[in-house]
Amino acid sequence: MIGAIDHGLRLIGSRVVDGIWKIGAASRFAGTILLRSGMSFRRLQLTLDEVYFTGVLSLVIIVVSGLFVGLVLGLQGYETLKRYGSAEALGTLVALSLVRELGPVVAALLFASRAGSAITAKIGIMKSTEQLSAMEMMAVDPYARVLAPIFWGGTISMPLLAAIFSAFGVFGGYLIGVVIIGVDSGAFWSQMQASVDLWNDVMNGVIKSAVFGVAVTLIALFEGFDAPPTAEGVSYAVTRTVVTSALAILALDFVLTSFMFTGV
Amino acid sequence: MTSSPLVELADVEFSYAARPILKGINMRFPKGKVVAIMGGSGCGKTTILRLIGGQIKATRGRVTVAGESVDALSHADLYAMRRRMGMLFQFGALFTDLTVFENVAFPLREHTKLPESVVRDLVLMKLHAVGLRGAAALKPSELSGGMARRVALARAISLDPMLMMYDEPFTGLDPISLGIIANLIRRLNDALGATSVLVTHDVEASFKIVDYVYLVAAGVIVAEGTPDEIRDSSEPLVKQFVRGEADGPVGFHYPGTSYPEDFGLPGVPK
Repeated sequence: MIGAIDHGLRLIGSRVVDGIWKIGAASRFAGTILLRSGMSFRRLQLTLDEVYFTGVLSLVIIVVSGLFVGLVLGLQGYETLKRYGSAEALGTLVALSLVRELGPVVAALLFASRAGSAITAKIGIMKSTEQLSAMEMMAVDPYARVLAPIFWGGTISMPLLAAIFSAFGVFGGYLIGVVIIGVDSGAFWSQMQASVDLWNDVMNGVIKSAVFGVAVTLIALFEGFDAPPTAEGVSYAVTRTVVTSALAILALDFVLTSFMFTGV
Repeated sequence: MTSSPLVELADVEFSYAARPILKGINMRFPKGKVVAIMGGSGCGKTTILRLIGGQIKATRGRVTVAGESVDALSHADLYAMRRRMGMLFQFGALFTDLTVFENVAFPLREHTKLPESVVRDLVLMKLHAVGLRGAAALKPSELSGGMARRVALARAISLDPMLMMYDEPFTGLDPISLGIIANLIRRLNDALGATSVLVTHDVEASFKIVDYVYLVAAGVIVAEGTPDEIRDSSEPLVKQFVRGEADGPVGFHYPGTSYPEDFGLPGVPK
């Protein structure tokens, strides 16, 4: 009995110490990337390549998902608004839902699944095949040459992807509401224009998506860099990237929303 | 081994956490020589290369390269030092998203401002030296193990290093590729006027090309000398290693409980 309690306490202690160690290591990792970011801007092509890798290659899933989320929002929103005789407010509902919440959050979740997992796998495999060590031995700093450009590429891509997601979502809402159901086109757009504020709604959404971009890209890079150099190690790291990123996005969204929209 | 050393390890100790890997190693790598560090798997050979390259720091003792203590160098100075080193990794460590040409050009493009036409000529010359000029457009996934090792060798010598380090360069190669790599190591060392440190456990291939051998076991040097001296040694451990005998001072069985105990045979206390 005492043995089992002792074992349990040791296990908890070891998990806590591991967790604290990992937070410390991740913070140091993030600091090192920021400190060695000079090359990402001096040689802009390195960062643009990563914008392509993390952003452009995620476009298909972002566009298709955005469109379908908009279609569903249009259908559900119309059914609810119709009961209160305000079907013309459909444009407002679709646009606010997307730019404030669904655009940044769903785009970030998709970004974590598509680009985050790809980043972790890439860095994990580069590490396990000694490509990062080889770079170090060629006097090329892997933080500056590989990790920092990916970080900035992901950070730049994420708000753009969220904006594209929201734009296609609004288009989906328009297709359902105006083209198929027959809501007045003028009312749809004018109510949206009148209700959506550039700073309070759109810019807050952009800030959210930028924060999610930083979080997801850092998690993906750290998990890849920290992965044991084995097939299982890289595979677990990819899984951890997707799960940790999803939890981080939802937690950050709650905190940011509290500050941005309710004045807490 | 009387000429002045390019690399020197003096009383070097290294541990991973509480596990000692190297225990008081003294080694000298004279200029222009090819020196092998040999020993069984996990004896600390690769750790010595990582210490020389400054990827890890010695727990105790001093690692000196070209008169400078590697442990005391700043980040910038260490990177400046590494520009004069080349390293061939066990499986080449080629960048898989780049072609053969781009891999070899990588150090030149990163460290020099040479015009692209000069880079092209230099890369083709390096690839010619390893016999793979015709493979310049291929991707690493299209190369055999031996070819990948040769491309990695061309990349490692692209900045004409003063020190070449080879980590198990013969692992997994067919006899022809092995012979090619072994000859290249010797020829390139002599052509570049470099110094080479060769970590390997391949006795036959390495004894043909090296000038001096350190035999490491359990973190200490158990023998050193020219290949002939090592081959003629009467030390039981050296004899076992050189002849590849399954049992000897290095036991066949991993330490553990006794055979009868594991099977619960009579007479063994429970």
